[in-house]
Amino acid sequence: MTEPGSARAQGGERPTLAFRIALAQRAGGIVSPFFTALLAFFMGGLVVLFVTGKNPLSTYEAIFKGTGLNWLLPWETCAHPCSAALSLQQTLIQFTALALTGVAVAFAFRCGLFNIGGQGQYIVGTVAAVQMGIWFQGLPSALHILLAAGAAALAGALWGGIAGVLKATVGAHEVISTIMLNWIALWVASYLVTFGGPMQDPAAGTEAVSRPISEGAQLPLLWGSRLLQGLHVGLFVALAALLVYWLVLNRTTLGYEVRAVGFNPEAAAYGGIDVAKSYFLAMAISGAFAGLAGAMDILGWRPRLDLTFVQGYSQIAFIGIAVALLGRNTAVGIFFAGLLFAALRTGSSTRNLDPEVFRPELANNLTEIIQGLIILLVGAETLVLYLLKSGRRLRRRGET
Amino acid sequence: MASDALVLELRGITKRFPGVVANDGIDFDVRRGEVHALLGENGAGKTTLMNVVYGLYRPDAGEVRVGGKPVVFRSPRDAIAHGIGMVHQHFMLIPVMTVAENIVLAKEPTQAGVVLDYEAARKRVRELASAFGFVVDPDARVRDITVGQQQRVEILKALYRRADVLILDEPTSVLTPQEASELFQILRGLTEQGMSVVFISHKLNEVLAVADRITVLRRGRKVATISRQGATEESLARMMVGREVLLRVEKPPASPGEPLLEVHDLRVLDDRRLEKVRGVSFHVRAGEIVGIAGVDGNGQSELVEALAGLRRPVAGRVVVAGRDMTGRSAREVLDVGVGHVPEDRLRRGLVLDFTLAENLILHDYDKEPCSRLGWLFPDRILRWAAELLRRFDVRGGGPRTLASALSGGNQQKVVLARELGREPRILLAAQPTRGLDVGAIEFVHRQLVEARVQAKAVLLVSLELEEILSLADRILVMYEGRIVGEYGPEVQEEELGIAMTGGRPVVEAA
Repeated sequence: MTEPGSARAQGGERPTLAFRIALAQRAGGIVSPFFTALLAFFMGGLVVLFVTGKNPLSTYEAIFKGTGLNWLLPWETCAHPCSAALSLQQTLIQFTALALTGVAVAFAFRCGLFNIGGQGQYIVGTVAAVQMGIWFQGLPSALHILLAAGAAALAGALWGGIAGVLKATVGAHEVISTIMLNWIALWVASYLVTFGGPMQDPAAGTEAVSRPISEGAQLPLLWGSRLLQGLHVGLFVALAALLVYWLVLNRTTLGYEVRAVGFNPEAAAYGGIDVAKSYFLAMAISGAFAGLAGAMDILGWRPRLDLTFVQGYSQIAFIGIAVALLGRNTAVGIFFAGLLFAALRTGSSTRNLDPEVFRPELANNLTEIIQGLIILLVGAETLVLYLLKSGRRLRRRGET
Repeated sequence: MASDALVLELRGITKRFPGVVANDGIDFDVRRGEVHALLGENGAGKTTLMNVVYGLYRPDAGEVRVGGKPVVFRSPRDAIAHGIGMVHQHFMLIPVMTVAENIVLAKEPTQAGVVLDYEAARKRVRELASAFGFVVDPDARVRDITVGQQQRVEILKALYRRADVLILDEPTSVLTPQEASELFQILRGLTEQGMSVVFISHKLNEVLAVADRITVLRRGRKVATISRQGATEESLARMMVGREVLLRVEKPPASPGEPLLEVHDLRVLDDRRLEKVRGVSFHVRAGEIVGIAGVDGNGQSELVEALAGLRRPVAGRVVVAGRDMTGRSAREVLDVGVGHVPEDRLRRGLVLDFTLAENLILHDYDKEPCSRLGWLFPDRILRWAAELLRRFDVRGGGPRTLASALSGGNQQKVVLARELGREPRILLAAQPTRGLDVGAIEFVHRQLVEARVQAKAVLLVSLELEEILSLADRILVMYEGRIVGEYGPEVQEEELGIAMTGGRPVVEAA
């Protein structure tokens, strides 16, 4: 009896990619992300075993030691200067950026949008933070930080908002527009800091680097020293962002609208929700989180913007996609997924991995293999669930 | 005519799906030359049983016999080889091909083994059609013919493959009353020539009109097989639902008040920018139910969407309780007291991944008491939801249950609870009982009558003529975007049917 409706639904707008992934993920429950990660490590271990002939278990153990997480274990003793503590600081610094970019991707996801533009939004965030940090010398520190971080979030929101407006008005697909905005941000920022660019530091000769931000704009340290790139208070900003993310989604009318649109835009419109407005707001808020991630890195440990940072390090925002996917777009999930990816990146870095056990440059690749596997498996899981579901749908059709 | 020879027998068929027994030890048989109706509510297991017969499912237990011999079907191909044909609810025709091409598909007459012999195909189709008294044009393209004709093509396709048992799954759901009675004629012609028909339906009047014997299923089990003689709609409904069902809607005489919804010369385009509503004018007064009858796709959906603020009309006016609401947003229309039961509850009426509480506040989440200054109050929302669910007797879940977990009937109750719980002055009900079973339909009808008693203006759009006839105080017939007639509730079904297919020019404007 429902044929006319379903036939029309098929002819009409198809559910978005983000929507379908979200749907399949909810079906998987809490077990599958653990399983997904475990399977990725297992397959990574096979690569280690068959390609290098090394023992995967001792390799993973060395990577684990490189993350500094062993510092938390009560039986570990630590000489001074404690290398585990230093590593853990790096892990938590990375966690800050990954949690924020993960929240950015997840927020858009919940509105049915796939924000691939985290990198661009992160870059405009860093540019805004650097510029604000250079200007307003002598401002009280707290105010200066707030100003720089706020400007970065706003810049990210603008950058994400462009894609949102395009989606809401002319229906331009957000995946395409955010990717293009990434390149625009990347090359504009590159121009700004290269020799001859308006933000390039004349004192640095021809080197492509901006002037450093003033000391007052730097985030206070929680742990460690500035010289050894200690852990800054941005960690709390990231944790607060996770809380804000949960609160906005579940306790505000804005979050209600975003989720309604993400689940079913037609029903949302029927309920009186302005779907176009929700698309814009979701992209802008998503961009704000990514922009904030950029600010935390600039104000926290990287006080000047240079070309390698713009063109290389900014790719950390892409890992935010993996964090959101593995974390199922939930605050708790993003926390753990963010920690996992941060630990992987630190643990396998050249600096932290014991070269006796596994060659660090290979370990770096191993990390990327595991990252890739997790994304692949999350995708495959979506596919498997999708197949299961269409099987179920076929059978259900028979019952009516 | 029916003889006692059994062409098809099912013995103790059991089919389980995860968490549900769709068929539980069902016996069923078909005699030569009879129409055997399979009656039951949605989910009673009718289609599952026939899919077992057609080789789409393997039964977990039980036996299928054709002509007395046990058979095992691994696929529909096996079933077809044993003379069983099935016409599904969704037609499986290729729109761009001709009738003849569709009929011979997969068993084409060929020249030299490779080239389609179209002349032979045409000839074969003509012979077949005249043998069974069908009227079809073999050269017409399927996309150009009516749904009723497409159904005949499906039946011919089965006959071409030499079926002697024809299974029809809810065949009238897409037909007008005229087309349905033509179908019954065709079925009688088939049985006279010794064919047997299994007629799956949940409509009581049809089953009584066409069947020789009736088997009633309820929740996967067989209730009984009875002869049509002596069966009544009431007795069949009781067997289907398992309790007494009020088939006729009891309603007090209408006492309409002032017009609450006025529509003047409304014109609306569809998504493809075709004019689907072409100058419609009518009004609905407080305390009356106005029914809009019509074949699906004649502009009813677009009309309702325009009234609900979901589609901007290109011309005309919509006045709600004296206020011009033409082209206003859905939110504004909702806020002046319009309730809207949308025609597709799964696509639009509910957010299936939301809880029932979240669904119940879909129109009012941003108002007190649900929220203030953008901050939601979950406790108040849950309390409000619990009260509504109790008032509207929603079963199968509480405020925190996901909407997708409910049965269709209960989902529709949730939609009604939301729309009527806001105490609207005007209720737009688009196909409010589509896909529901008898018990749930009874509930929806009572709610609509209750809304009328409370002096609300009710606009009922339905494809079910019976529903319109039993509920509406005035009936408007919509055809190709225009209202082609207004009738009182005593009008004959046939007269409406003729108007619905454009058989009559504009009688009077409402």
